[in-house]
Amino acid sequence: MKGGVFLKPAILIVGVYVFLKIVLPLFTAPLPASLIFLYLALTTTGIVIFATLSGPSTDAFFGPIVRFLTGEGQGGAAQGARIAVLLLFPVLVGWQTYTSTAPSDQPPAENRTIHPAPPGEYTGLSNPVPNTPENVMTGKGLYAAFCSPCHGGNFDGKGPASRGFNPPPANFSDPTTIAMLQESYLFWRIKKGGVGLPIEGMPWKSAMPRWEVELPDEWIWKIIMGEYDGAHQKPRTWE
Amino acid sequence: MMNQGDDPTGGTAGEQGRGAWLAGLLVFLALGVMPLVGLAQDVPAASATAYRDIPGLGSRNMVWVVAQLHLLLAGFVLGVPIFAWLCEIVGWKTGEKRYDKLAKEFTKLLTSSYATTALFGGILLFLLIGFYPKLMNYLADVFFPSFIVYCLLFLVETATLYLYWYGWDAMQDSKKGLHLFLGFLLNVFAFFIMIVPNSWATFQASPVVISEGTDLQRAWAATWNPTWWPVNIHRLIANVVLGGYICGAYAGIRYLSAKNEEEREHYDWMGYVGNFIGVFGLLPLPFAGYWLMREIYQYNQQMGITLMGGFLSWLFILQAMLIGVLFLGSNYYFWLGITHRIPGSEVKYRKPMMAMLIILLLCLGVWMTPHSLVASLEEARKMGGTHHPLLGVFGVMSAKMTVANLMILVTFMSFIMYWRAGKEETATWAKVARSLMGGVLGVAAIVVIVLGVWGYFVPAIVRINYFSVAQVLIVLFVMLTITPLTALLLRSAKTTTEMVWGKMPPRAGYALVLNAVMVILLMTLMGYARSSSRVHWHIYGVMRDSSQYAYSPALGYAAAFMSLNTFLFCMLVAFIFWVATMGDKAKANDAGGKGHGAQGTLPAMAGGAPALDERK
Repeated sequence: MKGGVFLKPAILIVGVYVFLKIVLPLFTAPLPASLIFLYLALTTTGIVIFATLSGPSTDAFFGPIVRFLTGEGQGGAAQGARIAVLLLFPVLVGWQTYTSTAPSDQPPAENRTIHPAPPGEYTGLSNPVPNTPENVMTGKGLYAAFCSPCHGGNFDGKGPASRGFNPPPANFSDPTTIAMLQESYLFWRIKKGGVGLPIEGMPWKSAMPRWEVELPDEWIWKIIMGEYDGAHQKPRTWE
Repeated sequence: MMNQGDDPTGGTAGEQGRGAWLAGLLVFLALGVMPLVGLAQDVPAASATAYRDIPGLGSRNMVWVVAQLHLLLAGFVLGVPIFAWLCEIVGWKTGEKRYDKLAKEFTKLLTSSYATTALFGGILLFLLIGFYPKLMNYLADVFFPSFIVYCLLFLVETATLYLYWYGWDAMQDSKKGLHLFLGFLLNVFAFFIMIVPNSWATFQASPVVISEGTDLQRAWAATWNPTWWPVNIHRLIANVVLGGYICGAYAGIRYLSAKNEEEREHYDWMGYVGNFIGVFGLLPLPFAGYWLMREIYQYNQQMGITLMGGFLSWLFILQAMLIGVLFLGSNYYFWLGITHRIPGSEVKYRKPMMAMLIILLLCLGVWMTPHSLVASLEEARKMGGTHHPLLGVFGVMSAKMTVANLMILVTFMSFIMYWRAGKEETATWAKVARSLMGGVLGVAAIVVIVLGVWGYFVPAIVRINYFSVAQVLIVLFVMLTITPLTALLLRSAKTTTEMVWGKMPPRAGYALVLNAVMVILLMTLMGYARSSSRVHWHIYGVMRDSSQYAYSPALGYAAAFMSLNTFLFCMLVAFIFWVATMGDKAKANDAGGKGHGAQGTLPAMAGGAPALDERK
């Protein structure tokens, strides 16, 4: 049963990797390497914790590793394997270091803040337009005219023009987007557009037009009402 | 008629010459000073100096380090009396002298750490007055009445500490009640010493400024600002956690360096007490943190988003990692205790421990998953943005709150498992009680998860005000149900395996040290978050930062300072422990040298030997 000590952890790690890298993308979008690394690190941590819960399990887990690395009572193939591991390990570390620091034509992984903080003058604003069925309908009409080409008629970010943008237009039906925000936040984002994003949100890293040059404030507020209603979401409030 | 050379004042010619020279000098000085007077009028005096700096080091960096160290030391100084007082009460109620000894020895630390904290507070004050005179002038104008209160509190706290420490031996036996009351007073004054400066710091983040009224009314309005009480409660609990885990870390180090079985047994026990009190505080801490963040968000949307969705939101992923390690470390220590202190229990509890570990890791995986993922251009294209369509839902509060509650439940159950290990319940109703506890736990876990998922489909305010609160109440209900039930069960239980102290492996000691470092890192991390959430304001929306440092330091730069502050604090605490125990070590050596029973005279912070552990 000696092999069993390492077999189960190895199967677990490989299994988790295969699930995250191959199985999950069959049903949804692929995961970024940063997330896969995070989950694998947690899995490894769990294995080490469980293996070291008692003295016998610790010895069973680390004993063979220590004996292998120290060459205790080894000979023949085992000795050769040990030397190979001791030679290959620094090479592997060196290779990893080289690949992570060598110049590349790939842009670095970015850490864009999707919801940067709004300027002070926009915080605390409340929608001055009464929430009546007429105004909501007007808002939806304005949305259809100005917003749906990108954000989609179903408010899902899949308008006919959406495929041309990176980052893609926001999906309002996702409960983790506009449902987390107050109406005043949307007012700022619609009014100032991608150009008006602060540094943390990377200005120009959004094709959102600066609608203040084309739409009066009242229309923007109506569009916000139409958006929430159409996406079946409610804005964040404190009452 | 005056003659030439006569002095109208009666002086000689030589004297006249000196007088003229002096007069000329005065005129020269007067003329020389004239432009300065003119300049002084252009620039209205020294009060116009808004900032000073020390080139190279930077005023902000200096204040950052000193303020953080002061705060950590203050947390320690306020946490240790709570820890000591609780231990003293346990010792008094159970009659186990080792608890009393432990409390006394930790109180001894207060004398040196109290002075060190005050020293750093003084340095901080001088630096603030020197570097930010305009800001400090404003704060002094608003808070002067509370400055006086603060000074008075220090006086009574110091006097109480002296009485509590120096009167320890004198107030044993018949006067123990009085001594416990002094310990209570010490903690009450310490609490007020904490909340008064909290009002100054929270005022900077959520100011309440009234232009009318007396000085007292203005100060009171500024003190009772929206984030004052959330910070007070959060810090109070965090101080208990800090005190407990530092005690654990100290015990861990001493355990690793123990020279005989007696020391190993004692420090193993001390490590257990420290870890228990740390966990005791850790369980409600996320609730207090949640309340604080809610109040901040409600107070100002900009500040809330800066913290939770803006550039500081990555800190909360780091926070998740640190808290996760803390939960894992605390549970790991409990589990090691079961397998090493209670011989033969490994087989029985291995599977439950594995189940708990898996739940903890799954929860941690969810907690650490960011809403916006770090992805290359290619990966982001494939995902359709930086939000993953499936795992992106883990990145918001509904998911985080749910897994935090589940991790708290698991940690609580780890403790219950440890408590019950090695005992056989003999009560006739034991089976019913166990079923009831299992049912309560299972239903609670399911309801917490259901509320977490449901939280995505209701307005944010419903989730925040009702669902999250319900989750917290459910977890508290579980604790308040299972704890007394277990206590009742164990009252009539038969001990099947005696607990053996001093058999923990070295990694248990390292786990205790790791827990303490995690707590300190967490405090430095949240210190940066709280301070940076004001962005370019000294006092949010009232007084703008117009210095050269009116920008938020990058996260990497901040992380380096957090590490530095953690390291410096650990060194300071080590120094305090070393100083406080120096005399005891010398006494122990003397006693050993004179041949006075080396057995039973454990040095330093030992809290005594088994000889001292006997029941009264």
